[in-house]
Parts: sequence; structure tokens; C-alpha cells
Amino acid sequence: MAASRRITRMRSDVVFDTVVYATLGLLVIIIIYPLWFVVIASISDPAAVSFGKVVLLPSGFSLEGFRQVMVYPMIWRSYLNTIIYTACDVALTVSLTILAGYALSRKNLVGRKFIMIYFVITMFFSGGLIPTYLTVQSLGLRGNPAIVFLLGCVGVRNIVIVRTFIQSNIHESLVEAAFLDGCNHTRFLLKIVIPLSMPVIAVIALFTAVRQWNSWFTAMIYLTDENLMPLQMVLRNLLISQTAMMQDVLETTTGDNAVASAQLALSMRYALIIVSTLPIMTVYPFLQRYFVKGLTLGSVKG
Amino acid sequence: MDRSIRKNRYGVTWRKVRVNWELYLFLLPAVILLFLFHYLPMYGIQIAFRNFKSYLGIWDSQWVGLKHFERFMNLQMFPILLKNTISISLYSLLAGFPLPIILALALNSTNGTRFKRVVQTVTYAPHFISIVVIVGMINLLFSPSTGILVTILKSLGLQDGNLNILLDEGSFIHLYVWSGVWTNLGWNSIVYLSALSGVDPALHEAGIVDGATKAQRCFYIDFPCIIPTIVMLLILQTGTIMTVGFQKAFLMQNSMNIGASEVISTYVYKQGIAKAQYSYSTAVDLFNSVINFILLISVNAIARRMSGNSLW
Repeated sequence: MAASRRITRMRSDVVFDTVVYATLGLLVIIIIYPLWFVVIASISDPAAVSFGKVVLLPSGFSLEGFRQVMVYPMIWRSYLNTIIYTACDVALTVSLTILAGYALSRKNLVGRKFIMIYFVITMFFSGGLIPTYLTVQSLGLRGNPAIVFLLGCVGVRNIVIVRTFIQSNIHESLVEAAFLDGCNHTRFLLKIVIPLSMPVIAVIALFTAVRQWNSWFTAMIYLTDENLMPLQMVLRNLLISQTAMMQDVLETTTGDNAVASAQLALSMRYALIIVSTLPIMTVYPFLQRYFVKGLTLGSVKG
Repeated sequence: MDRSIRKNRYGVTWRKVRVNWELYLFLLPAVILLFLFHYLPMYGIQIAFRNFKSYLGIWDSQWVGLKHFERFMNLQMFPILLKNTISISLYSLLAGFPLPIILALALNSTNGTRFKRVVQTVTYAPHFISIVVIVGMINLLFSPSTGILVTILKSLGLQDGNLNILLDEGSFIHLYVWSGVWTNLGWNSIVYLSALSGVDPALHEAGIVDGATKAQRCFYIDFPCIIPTIVMLLILQTGTIMTVGFQKAFLMQNSMNIGASEVISTYVYKQGIAKAQYSYSTAVDLFNSVINFILLISVNAIARRMSGNSLW
């Protein structure tokens, strides 16, 4: 009796496991296939891609799409812009966050409650798109490249995370000992708090970098100079407003017929996706646990 | 005596401020930036009730009360905007909310840590692709003549000629929602996975002793344990039901699908930034936020009454 029950239990477990593994396997295929397709389409022969000969494996081999990306001047300029914006954003966000987070973690800060309310209100209420736009305009920052990273660099969520991290990881007795020995806040922050907070700093830096790398909207509404545009704005023009790209390729290819140019434009778009997304996609698997940690850190509000 | 104590206390407070002057310096940049980019715009919301003219400034522009709100409600587009916004976000919620829970439960039931890690890495990956690239990929993969979908359909003999998904009003919502599921499914499961890691192993051991199968343990132990997390996230998401992310809708719009893809946020952008109708679009935005806020509060109240779980 007992044995037969155990057998049915095992059988149902096997069925359950099979269903679970099969579903997850199918899911992996569904998620990976579009990415795989982009990769194989970017290195296949442009004509084969546009005739639908590329489905599971690359057909022919051509790096013509990548070559077109390389010679397209706006891409490199905007790539550089994005790197600069990302570096500035990370530097500014991390320093502002750690400074404010440390200050708010000190219990002897007079007015701490009031300052905390001042910070937290901005998490729940915002002026909305148009009032923000008008404010930026009246501050004379429209068209100024700094707006791209200034607008988002104070994340109250991040500040709260850092504050909680410091409070729970740096013991009060350490603070007292240091201050008895004549340490001041600046020294304490630089010598003790920052080295001990490296895990949380890394998480915030990573999230900020990804956000800035992928952002385009702020640039679209506040920047006016074409030469200051970040990569995502150029991608938007090339990937989404398709006519612009067609024209450019038509102009650069001399003596060719329109069909070949269209095929080239197609292959260039696949290559463009690879070039713009590769940095994050290659780095992300190694940093995955930091990202996951950041997400779970954020869900515990202090 | 009383006065001297008070004076003394005041002196202590002041001394604390003086000793900790660095802390105030540390807070200064964040306080200033928040003031400039959050508090000044909040003050600017009042232009929703005024006829804002930039040469007059906010305070001297004429007060018109609810005029802009009335204009929006009487708009011919109003029911369409409302319908598009609500149907897109309801559909996103229905499709996008349960799947991460199922994924997390499934991942939690696998024993193979290697397999689990591969599935996690793959399913989280699309979250890091920018919206511009996602929409670019949609345009390429579903392209009428050269997209992979049309290629596959043709080779199966299900389609001859071109495929019109990108330009079709009816297909927009499916494309929007399911590409969103593709992007965020894995990432949204992380919260549930971390909740599942907190499930007491003693419950599972007791279940095994009592002869519960894996499936039973998944449904009767794991699932009930994460219900509070589920309710909390559901409340949070319901609070944004009137918000369809501007970026993706805007990028996916074209002249053919505009009837289905114009949502409140894209309308605000177009009226406000492109047509410079500042007061009117601020009013539309404010209307939207107020409804979101009311929704959040009422769903929270319902959830508290029904299950005892709430945000506050």
C-alpha cells in the first residue's frame, strides 16, 4: 500500500518535472531566437537576408553591414557622446548618492526627519513632463548637454538604499571610536564608509550606467545640437525612421542599383543592433548577480 | 529656570548643527537638484489652471480654472485615448502579471542549479536591451516583406504576399503587449524568486513526510507563501493602469496604427512639446495622474479589506 503510493508519487513527480523543464526550455528558445536571428542576419549575405533565406543558420558570410556602420560618421560621434554621458552620470549619481545617503544615516543630524520628508515626497509626486520641460527651459539648460545626466542623477530610492546599507553595516561604535580619535565626517566617509559600501556603490553604478546607456527621451526633448546626440537617438533615426537610412545608403553607394542598397540598409540595421547592444550583453552575464542584488535591495525599503 | 533649560537645549541643538556642518554640505547638491528639477516643476503644475504665456511667467498668466480639463473631456479623441490607454495597460497586466509568477514557481521547482542559472541569464537578458533597439527589432522581425515572421509563415504555406502586422491597427496592441512580456518576463520574476527563497524549508519537509507530490508542494506551499508579494505588486501595478509607457508607444507609432497607438502620454507629448500648448497638456497629464492616484488608493483599500495585505 505504502509502496504503491510512493510509486504514484514518483510518477507524478516525473510528469511534473518534465512539464517544468519542457516549459522552461521552450521559454529559453522563444527568448533567445529573436536575438540569435539578429546575430545571424547581421553576418549573413545581405541578399540572402532580404530574400528570407536566413532562418536558423547564417547564409553566406558578409560583414558589409558592419562596414557600413563603421563608416557612418554619426554613429561613432554619438557612441562617444553616450560614453561621456554615461561616465558623467555614473560619477555624479554615485557621489551625490553616497554623500546624501551617509548624511541621512547619521542619527545626530539635526532636522533629519524633515530632510527625509523633503526627499521622499519627490518619489511620489512629480511635476510631470511639461512643467519639468518649462523649468529646464527657464533655467536656460535646454540645449545644454549636462541636462542629459543632471535630470535623473538624484534618485531618492538609491539614497534610501545607501542610507539603509550604511546604518545596518557600519556599526555605531566604529563611528564613535573614529570621532573620539578626532576624525571628521569627510575623513570618515572617505576612509571608512566608502570602502565598506563598495557592494552597494557597484550596484548603483551599474544600474545608472545601463539606464543612461539606453536613454534617449531626455536627449530628444532637451538637446538641440545634432552633434551632442547620444547613441540611442541616432539608433532611433536609423532603426525606426527607415527612410532616413535608405537615403543615406543610397547616397553613399555609387553606381549600384536601388535593390542592393536596400539590402545593404537592412543588413546595416542588424549590424547596428549588435554594435549598440554588445557592450551590455557581453558584460551583463558576469555582473548578473549584482543586478539581481540591486533589485532585491531596492525592494526592502528602510 | 525653565527658560534657561530651553536656552540650553537650543544651545545643544545649535552646537550639533555646528559640529556636523559637513553633513549639511554633503546634502546640499542633492537638495538643490531636487529643488530645481522636482519642486520647481511641482510649483509649475498650476499652469494647468491658467493660460500660460511664457512672457508673462507662471504667476501673471491668466487664471482660467478648469477650462483645459473641460476641453480635454469634450475632445472627440477623448474616448479613443481613454480606450487605448486602458485596454493596453489592462492587457499588459493580464498577460504580463501572471507569467513571471509561473516562471518563478517553475524555476524554484527545478533541482538542476546549472539549468536554472542558464534559464535565468537568458530570460533576464532582454531587460537590458534599450527600448529603441527593441522597437527596431520589432520593425525588422515583423517587416512586411523581409521579416523573419513572414519568411516562416511563407515557408509553412500560411501566408502569401506581404504581411501587414506593423501597419495594422488591430495588431498594434498584441505586438506592444507581447514584446513587453518578452522583454520583462524574466526580470519581473526576480522579486518572486527572492520571495520563494524565503519559504521555510520545514514546510516542504513536512509536505514530503505527508506524501505531497512536487506539484502539490508547488501549489499548496510555495504559491500561498508568496501571495503577499503578489498582492503588493498587483496593487502597485494597478496604480499605473492609466499610464502606458510613453517611450515604447511613441516609438511604435506610425501613421497607419495611430488610431490604436495614441495613448494619453503620447498625446501629452505631442500637444505639449510639439505644439507648445503647455497649459492644456499639463492639464491632461494632471488628470491622468489624479486618476492613477485614486485607483491606487482604492485598490489598496480593497486589498486590505479582502486579504489583509496592503502597501501602508
